[in-house]
Amino acid sequence: MKLAHAFALTLALWFNSAIADELLMVRSSQNFEDAMTTLQATIAEHGYKVTRVQRVDVGLEAKGYKTDRYRIVFYGKPGEIEALAAKYPKLIPYLPLAVAIFAEEGNTILTTARPALLKQFYPEPELKPIFDRWEKDLVGIMDEVREAK
Amino acid sequence: MPRSIVLFGLLLACCLPAFAAPDGAKLYSRNCAGCHGEKGDGGIGIPLSLPSFHAQVDDDYLKQTVLRGRPGRVMPSFSYLSDAEVDAIVRHMRSWYKGKVPVYPFTPIKGDAKRGEQLFEKHCAGCHGPTGEGGHGTGVTFSRPRDFPIMPPALHNPGYLSSAKDAMIKATLVNGRVGTPMAAFGKRGVKDKDLNDIVAHLRNFEKKPLPSSAKLIETGEAIIVMESPYDLKTTIENVKKAVSSNNFVFIREQPLNAGLVAEGREDPKQHIVYFCNFSLLNQALATDPRVGLFLPCRITVVEQGGKVTMMAANPKRLSRIFNNSELNEMCDQVTKMYIAVMEEAAL
Ligand code: HEC
Ligand code: HEC
Repeated sequence: MKLAHAFALTLALWFNSAIADELLMVRSSQNFEDAMTTLQATIAEHGYKVTRVQRVDVGLEAKGYKTDRYRIVFYGKPGEIEALAAKYPKLIPYLPLAVAIFAEEGNTILTTARPALLKQFYPEPELKPIFDRWEKDLVGIMDEVREAK
Repeated sequence: MPRSIVLFGLLLACCLPAFAAPDGAKLYSRNCAGCHGEKGDGGIGIPLSLPSFHAQVDDDYLKQTVLRGRPGRVMPSFSYLSDAEVDAIVRHMRSWYKGKVPVYPFTPIKGDAKRGEQLFEKHCAGCHGPTGEGGHGTGVTFSRPRDFPIMPPALHNPGYLSSAKDAMIKATLVNGRVGTPMAAFGKRGVKDKDLNDIVAHLRNFEKKPLPSSAKLIETGEAIIVMESPYDLKTTIENVKKAVSSNNFVFIREQPLNAGLVAEGREDPKQHIVYFCNFSLLNQALATDPRVGLFLPCRITVVEQGGKVTMMAANPKRLSRIFNNSELNEMCDQVTKMYIAVMEEAAL
């Protein structure tokens, strides 16, 4: 069967190394349960809705693998995700937004792709304000989780 | 003088500089602590707070390392931060250290690189790898087992070599890094000439091809897309079947906007199929737990304008996001598996 063109997106910025603004990774001094509660509350405070929590650790353990607690929190703004998906189907594989959250001894680590990444993939100028707002909200969310004691 | 004016003056005096300079502690916490720890005590990557480290590296090395990162070795490039922000981060790191900060000349150290190569094999290759490619695992193992408490960094890496001056590299060999497995070879009786030869060998790496540890997959394709000749429902069923025949387990399916809109009002024309290969997942998380961000595996089936397409994020592009060359092979493998699933579903 024909493999339809994988969208060849020439990237304006082509660096040898990954640029850190594609990924945000922070450490919370809270334990996993507390950090998880903080994250979900903070996402809601910023006007987004948690759509699902994927329990990766539970799945792995059920298959006999050992792991510390590991979840993925999916979230988005009602209305916004559908509108974007309808207009820019290329964005769909990267929606809804997600944060990976996992235990690291007494601390918790959170990782998320920055919208700057999507900006590189999808340079349409009309998307820029949306990505910029996500970026601002996301950095705010991660800062709050990081600073929560 | 009215008190309010004095107060105002005081406020100006104490607060203005704080506003003018970027907050190094905050920038460090936001950008670095996830890996290096809040106080630089390590975790992933190398500890940044040890006195022997600070006594050995100059400010320029710290600054260039932050700007350039270490390609393929997890340490990202922060080239998007401003000069003032990077300086503030460097100052923050230096606040953990009370001693004297060294300054090194740019003068290259002359030595016999050929001899240095033999000495490297004898003294260094066991930890840093035969071609200086660095230890495995890159330290990103979190609460999972790791080979070394501190990963031997890659030396044959453009990020390191372009940031370190010869004299600083030599100082590292002379004094080691107290509190880490990196020994003080100068104090262990390795002769000065030998050390110069080793430095010449390390510098010579710059003329050799990059080791695989410094390489990332080159692809600009953010997504994999394939058209389906079938209708939406059949395509979804086909994807689910193809998933099982390609070593994945089907996990669940949902409309893209499930959870965002009231139940029953979801858009059935954007449908996600989630699946997993648990053995691969376990291996991927052990190599770099951050990859969970793009898991579980998924293919979204979309109907638009009467056309049905299958799409997925391109795992090959993801190796670059994490700047982890140890993910290259897995990303390549998973990309092939995605394509196999889509091809089978469209057959
Ligand atoms: C995603 C994880 C990660 C983040 C975030 C990160 N680093 Fe690193 N860093 C590493 C790793 C891993 C290495 C070692 C590379 C190797 O093994 O070759 C390293 C190496 C370094 C080194 C070299 C240390 C030495 O002994 O010479 C410095 C300096 C450094 N990082 C500073 C920083 C600063 C400052 C920040 C924030 C602006 C930062 N790093 C963010 C993972 C990270
Ligand atoms: C027992 C394992 C081991 C051996 C043997 C060893 N190293 Fe290291 N080396 C390390 C570790 C671990 C570090 C990171 C130290 C730290 O955390 O500051 C390191 C750091 C370094 C650094 C600093 C790199 C950076 O990114 O900051 C240089 C240069 C270096 N080693 C060169 C050598 C050379 C040359 C030899 C042989 C003469 C050698 N090492 C032998 C484990 C080793």
